[in-house]
Amino acid sequence: MTLDTPSEHLAPLQQSPLHREHEALGAAFTDFGGWQMPVRYQSDLIEHHAVRDAAGLFDISHMAEISVTGADAGAFLDYALAGRLSTLPLLKAKYSLLLDESGGIVDDLIVYASAEAEFLVVANASNRHAVVEALVARQSGFDVQLADLTEQLALIAVQGPAARAVLAAVDDLELRDDLSRGRTLETLGYYAAMGMAWHGTSVFVARTGYTGEDGFELYVDAEQAVDLWRALLAAGQAYGLVPCGLAARDTLRLEAGMPLYGHELGRSIQPVQAGLGRVVVTDKPAFVGKAAIEAGPAPDARVLVGLSTEGRRAPRADYVVLHGDTEVGVITSGALSPTLGHPIAMAFVDPAHREPGTVLDVDVRGTRIAATVVSLPFYQRKATS
Amino acid sequence: MSVPNDLQYTAEHEWVRLDGDIATIGITQYAADALGDVVYVDLPKIGATLTTGSIVGEVESTKSVGELYAPLDGEVVEANEAVAAAPETINADPYGDGWLVKIRVTGEHALLSADDYRALIGG
Repeated sequence: MTLDTPSEHLAPLQQSPLHREHEALGAAFTDFGGWQMPVRYQSDLIEHHAVRDAAGLFDISHMAEISVTGADAGAFLDYALAGRLSTLPLLKAKYSLLLDESGGIVDDLIVYASAEAEFLVVANASNRHAVVEALVARQSGFDVQLADLTEQLALIAVQGPAARAVLAAVDDLELRDDLSRGRTLETLGYYAAMGMAWHGTSVFVARTGYTGEDGFELYVDAEQAVDLWRALLAAGQAYGLVPCGLAARDTLRLEAGMPLYGHELGRSIQPVQAGLGRVVVTDKPAFVGKAAIEAGPAPDARVLVGLSTEGRRAPRADYVVLHGDTEVGVITSGALSPTLGHPIAMAFVDPAHREPGTVLDVDVRGTRIAATVVSLPFYQRKATS
Repeated sequence: MSVPNDLQYTAEHEWVRLDGDIATIGITQYAADALGDVVYVDLPKIGATLTTGSIVGEVESTKSVGELYAPLDGEVVEANEAVAAAPETINADPYGDGWLVKIRVTGEHALLSADDYRALIGG
């Protein structure tokens, strides 16, 4: 029996402000992007199903938060990122990309218009320093100030059909009109945010997520994190909320067809190859990577597709995709889908084989398994009000 | 972490229960916990001849894949079909109903004691 061994780090791993809570809950930990984070508390499958059927609580404090303030904050982000952020309405969020000059993806990000002339950029833990360095390098000529708030903020996600009810049941988490600006948990739209009052401070509450379910992400001062985490766990008990680790987060996001940096996204991949062409706004006067994006990738550059297989053996990252005896692609993520009951995977394949319904083979450790190209996402929750 | 004293172990996180020349083999609780929820097992066929250290099967969880190594030389006399049908048994009862194969041992073998294995996994 072989097991993954944790890689050795030169620098010590960072710990979440919630680390002791996770230990008390019996979490197993994994090294992730320089942080030691919970991989599971009891069972990957129990945690996965809890998010699909009820609610799950995630500590994602390893995510990086960078504030961008100043008179030119919007114009700066229009130049530094692939999207148009200057017109983002106050308290709305947008998914965006940070590109390099060659049009490759340095990171995928969520950007919030968090206040007047103020944005909050949320980056992946493993890319925190690359994002900060790129933003600093691109700020010349703009009146902006950048601040890395990662260690001051904790980030807690509540995901699942019962997420809203769980938040509403937290006694001391209060709507206050000066913070929420007329929004309520019921009226807060998808990819929108508001402030709520919590024990004398405010919590930035966003209706976003990475699981394919309705859900909320709560940005809170690191000192307040334990208090809020415990209150959410207590309030959620009646709704079937369980703490969830990164293993469940990975199967949930895969079912939802959401790309993961280092798997579906990277510096050698242009957005259009990953199905993210719509995220790039090319009719801006200038942005980093513009010339390369306009030239586009080579016509035969591989494109991201979904694959569905039968049985229980899942294609895994780096397995080869075949058409006859020709290698036509490579798997980027794969798992036996807990919700669907059969294996699913994402893969980069030659464009000739991208059409849904195309049947290819995957080499699963020496055995060929037939895989059908399918549209993404694999799983989509039923529309709710 | 349960490491029963009446079993022998390998550095590849497998356990062996010797009863005469029949060895029952499974994976340790440490391995099962590290893998997460086991969702698929591939076991060697009855009659297969195993050589110590060769890859004879695999144990797959939602998160990762582990290869199963032959802990000693011998011939497979029984494979646990119940665990193939319900792989979660490996997580629930790794030293009991979650056993994987039985082998008629033919050669010499060098296995770890429970104390040696505990030292290996740091506890």
